Parts: sequence; C-alpha cells; structure tokens
Amino acid sequence: MFTRSFLLLPLATLLLATSALAAGPNLGMPLTQADLAAWDIFVFPDGKGLPKGSGTAAEGSAIYAQKCMHCHGEGAKGGISAALVGAPPIKSIDAPKTIANFWPYSTTLFDFIRRAMPWQQPRSLTDNEVYALTAYLLAQNKLIGEKDVMNAQALPKVKMPNRDNFSPRFPELMPRSGEKDL
Amino acid sequence: MKDLVPAAGNGLYDRRAFLRGGAALAAAMTGYSVKAETLTDPVWSNEPGTLVPPYGTPSKYEKGVVRTLSNPDFEPRNSHARTPHHLLHGTVTPNGLHFTISHGGNAEIDPAQHRLAIHGLVKRPLVFTAEALMRYPTVSRFTFVECGGNSAPMFSPEPIQASVQALHGLASCAEWTGVPLSTLLEETGIDPKAKWVIAEGADSQRLSRSVPLAKIMDDAMVALFQNGERVMPGQGYPMRLLLPGWEGNMNVKWLRRLELAEQPAMSYYESRTYSQILPNGKAFRFYFIQEVKSYITRPSFGVELKGPGFYEISGVAYSGNGKITKVMVSADGGKSWAEAALQEPVNSKSFTRFRAPWEWNGGPAVLQSRAWDDQGNVQPTRADFVAKRGEAAKVPSPLAFPNQHFNSITSWAIDANGGVRHVYA
Ligand code: HEC
Repeated sequence: MFTRSFLLLPLATLLLATSALAAGPNLGMPLTQADLAAWDIFVFPDGKGLPKGSGTAAEGSAIYAQKCMHCHGEGAKGGISAALVGAPPIKSIDAPKTIANFWPYSTTLFDFIRRAMPWQQPRSLTDNEVYALTAYLLAQNKLIGEKDVMNAQALPKVKMPNRDNFSPRFPELMPRSGEKDL
Repeated sequence: MKDLVPAAGNGLYDRRAFLRGGAALAAAMTGYSVKAETLTDPVWSNEPGTLVPPYGTPSKYEKGVVRTLSNPDFEPRNSHARTPHHLLHGTVTPNGLHFTISHGGNAEIDPAQHRLAIHGLVKRPLVFTAEALMRYPTVSRFTFVECGGNSAPMFSPEPIQASVQALHGLASCAEWTGVPLSTLLEETGIDPKAKWVIAEGADSQRLSRSVPLAKIMDDAMVALFQNGERVMPGQGYPMRLLLPGWEGNMNVKWLRRLELAEQPAMSYYESRTYSQILPNGKAFRFYFIQEVKSYITRPSFGVELKGPGFYEISGVAYSGNGKITKVMVSADGGKSWAEAALQEPVNSKSFTRFRAPWEWNGGPAVLQSRAWDDQGNVQPTRADFVAKRGEAAKVPSPLAFPNQHFNSITSWAIDANGGVRHVYA
C-alpha cells in the first residue's frame, strides 16, 4: 500500500524523520519498556517473562482459602467453578480437562492466575502470591513436592504429564523457528 | 411449467428455476387454492404513525428475534449469546444479533483512554490511540467469525432436538472495516526473529492468543467498524483483532496489545480450552482454521412447514479456507443431491447464502446441505466426521462444549404434519 520511497527523499527530510522510517501516517507514539511494565505480563513456556519473586505451597494454601475457595471449592476439588486438583484419565473426547491431566505447560498456570484470577478482582495478587498459588496447585496435584519453592528458575522446569500429547491441526501453518519448533 | 426441471429425488427442482421464472414457478405450484379475504384499510393507514427515533430498532412484532443467553443472571463464569439463524436471512448478521462469547463480561471501554501497544521483536515499539487509528487508511471486508465450539451439540451420540440457533448460533457474519495490521507493523518494523504475534484484550481476563506472524501479515486487521457502525461492545469496542476465517477466540476483542515473539505464549485458551481431545487421547492444538460448513436455516427445527407445496430451502455456507464453490442439497437423506443456487457475490471466508426450490409432497423427507470450498475441501458427512473425531460419551446439555471444531452435515427430518426434527442421517 505504501511505497518505501524514503530513499528518494532529500537528506534533510530523512534526518528530521529518523524514527519514522515507514511512509505511513506515523501516528504511533514511541513506547518505552518502563511505560509498558504494567501490561508486559506474557509468560512463555521457557520461562521468559516470569517476574522476580517466589512462593511455596504452604503460603499458597492460605491465600487459596481466602481468595479462591468460594468458587473452586475446598482443596480446589471444584465448586461453582472448575476443579483445579485431580487428574481423571482422559477416556473420551469430552473428558474434563484439568491442570494435571491436560495442561501442557506449568508457566500457563502462573500466567493465567496472574492475568485473570480471582475472577472478580484480576491483577489484585502480588507476583509472590501468584507464585505461591501456583506452587499450591502444583503440589496439590502432586506435580511438585510440598516444600518446593516456585520462582522464575524452578517453574519452567516442572514437567507437565500431558506435555507431549499435542500436535497442530495444520502443521504447514506453524511458524518454523529452529530450536523453538513445537 | 417447462422451467421446472427436477434435479434430485423427493421434490428438488433445478436451481435455475429461480433465475428463469421464480414467480411462475411459485404460482404453478401453489395453485391459488385459497380465496383472498376482502381488503380494508387498517388503523395505521388512517392516522399518523409514531415518532421517528434517533436510533432505529426492529418492529415491536419482531421481539422474538433475539439471541439466546447461556448466563442470563451474569453468574461468575463465561457468557454466550447465540445468533438466531432460523429467523434471519441473507448473508449479514445484524450487529445486535452477532454472537458473543465473553469470559469475564463485556468490557465497557472509554475509547479516549484505550491504547493499542505493539512491542516485542519490533524495531520501534509504538502505542496508538483509537483516534490515531481512525486516521489510518482502512479496508472493508465481509467475513464470518465462528467460535471453535460452534456446533458442539452435534458431538452428542443422539441428535439433540434444538434449533439451528442452539446448534450453530456461535457463528455470524459482518462487514468489518479497519486498519490492516501489516500497515501498523510497517511502522513498528519487524525483527527478523519474530514468528508469532501474541494478542491481548483489555477485558478482565486479558484474554490472550498467539497468532503466526504470517497470518497477521496476510489478511489480519484491527477492526474499528462493524456493518458500518463502530464495533459493538460484545465484539470488542473500540477495536478487535480480525483474523478472517480463523477460530473466533483468536479474534481478540478489546484489543490492547500485540507482542511479537519467537515462540507462542501457550496461553490458557490455546493450550487448554481450544485444544481438542481426539479419540486416541491426544489433542490438536493451534487448530486455526474454521473448516468448510453449511446448514439449512429454513426449514429447520422450529421453522415448520404449513402443508404440502412449494418451499425454498435456504441456508448458509462458509469456509475459513476461502470461497464456497458449491452447495448440494438433498431431500431424501443424502440418496440424491441437487446443486443449490449461490447468492452472488460469493465472498471469501464469508457467509454464502444458498437456495434450492423444493416441492414437499407431504411425505417423509430428510433435508441436508453439503458445501465445497475453492481449496478443494468438502464438508464431511457426520458418520465420516465422528469416525475420525469421536463422539461424546453421553448426551450433553445443548449449552455444553463436549469438543470443538465440528463441521459435518446437519439433517432435518420432516414429519407428516410439517414438523421438523434434528436427525442423524
Ligand atoms: C468468582 C469465582 C472465582 C474465583 C473467586 C476464582 N476463580 Fe478461578 N475461575 C473462575 C472461572 C469462572 C474460571 C473459568 C474461566 C474461563 O473459562 O474463562 C476460572 C478458572 C480458573 C483456572 C483454570 C482452570 C481450568 O482448568 O480451566 C484456574 C487455574 C483458576 N481459575 C485459579 C484461581 C485462583 C488461583 C483463584 C484465587 C486467587 C481463583 N481462581 C479464584 C472463577 C473464579
């Protein structure tokens, strides 16, 4: 749509427009990392994006009772909202998907709790609280030990049982990126 | 009468009857058997009407044409509103009837405060106001949006008796206008390491999905307008990501952030919710494309026949792969097929209305439609589909999602009274 014609512009124009290389309307405002911080919350399967901080299952258990139990039930076994503990075997195509029987990456648990839970007050938890709740749910599901500390180094190393059971529907549409191939 | 060329068994006529002499056809077949009543002036013809309102709404007699709600009391869970296909016609879904799924309710966004940030593996991270985006060159296109869970009740081992709204109401079609994402990424520049774009909404769930960069550069847009007016709150006001033909949930609403990355985020919705369990216990992840599908909207469950005679069989067909090239219709449960007329223009990745002239003789009939797209894909029969993808263990609630991405043929059986039942044929 826009031709990259800036090479033909007089040098003076080019110098004035150092940060505006595209020939479009250029109405975006430069964004610094500091300005983005509150939104910059994607956590990737290799741990990229995990913040500083840590938490344990014992700490998480107390937070859970206060902030999560009224929806997800006692011991996280399910209430008006989904069970967060338990791994019923997947025996049919409509089997319930749980953290322990289905979720491929432990990092998704941290990411989702931090961005979306508790349902009525998302983003009200500190990063330490999110680590603690993540540790609590992983420990309740016997995916880590009761005493294991979850932090940016430990969490991505937790191997989820169902991790290798996924494939893309259209492999040809999957980006190819060397070692990060899925 | 020479225009009425039989095209398939049990009363299906050649689709060209519409083009050559639709009126003659209808006259010939209905036979003018009932005498008209004497015409008089009704009250609305003899007095002034009502105030012309600033924003028009449908006639009060159309109150029943509404979406059905899965969570009418707004309990703390997701909410679905389904499009009443059986009460609509044409190829465009009115904005108030476009299906909506919200995982945390509809965000109520002040457009003056909304921002779209593009960052990550770009040369210049940029943030845009909604007002700034309105000044960019725009494009318009018709495209459908369909939830990956649409048609899920058809995974039931027995046919669920429910309308086309309940079965297939999580798909709609609109004309979307917005800014191609390639334009914005030209301004940010792209680091050659970038392979994925992770999109995030400004809703309370900060719903996020990973999209291959190639799709973003191909035909993705930041949609600002829906059928000519600003995008509805339930569609992501003031802006949504539009990925023509791809799974609805990926078309992130209330779009506020795009991060370019080397890897996908494996967000909750892609790694759990919209990953599809297969009969062997493994799962498809990153399904992306909503595959070729069609269903008859009239007659259909709840849209009954009023005695033998002429009917237009009509429905919608669409494919996330491209254009619909052919729809075949059967009135005998798939024993014989007639080609349906397709409404022009046929748009890529868009609802295509099909029609077939049919004379119901009052006997048993099973109506089916089957669609083909320009990439060589054909809509599967239900038997073929469930042989590969499986069936639910028990009959589920029509509101449940036993599995995803169902696209096989729907069958409507007509009984002697003109009633319509959902059957597997
Ligand atoms: C008001 C009820 C409510 C509260 C309180 C709540 N949740 Fe949730 N939770 C939900 C709902 C509803 C969903 C489903 C979200 C969706 O599918 O969009 C959910 C989903 C989840 C999931 C994903 C489960 C799965 O397997 O699909 C996790 C994990 C979770 N919540 C953790 C928490 C934690 C930790 C807390 C406490 C900090 C919490 N929730 C508090 C309602 C609640």
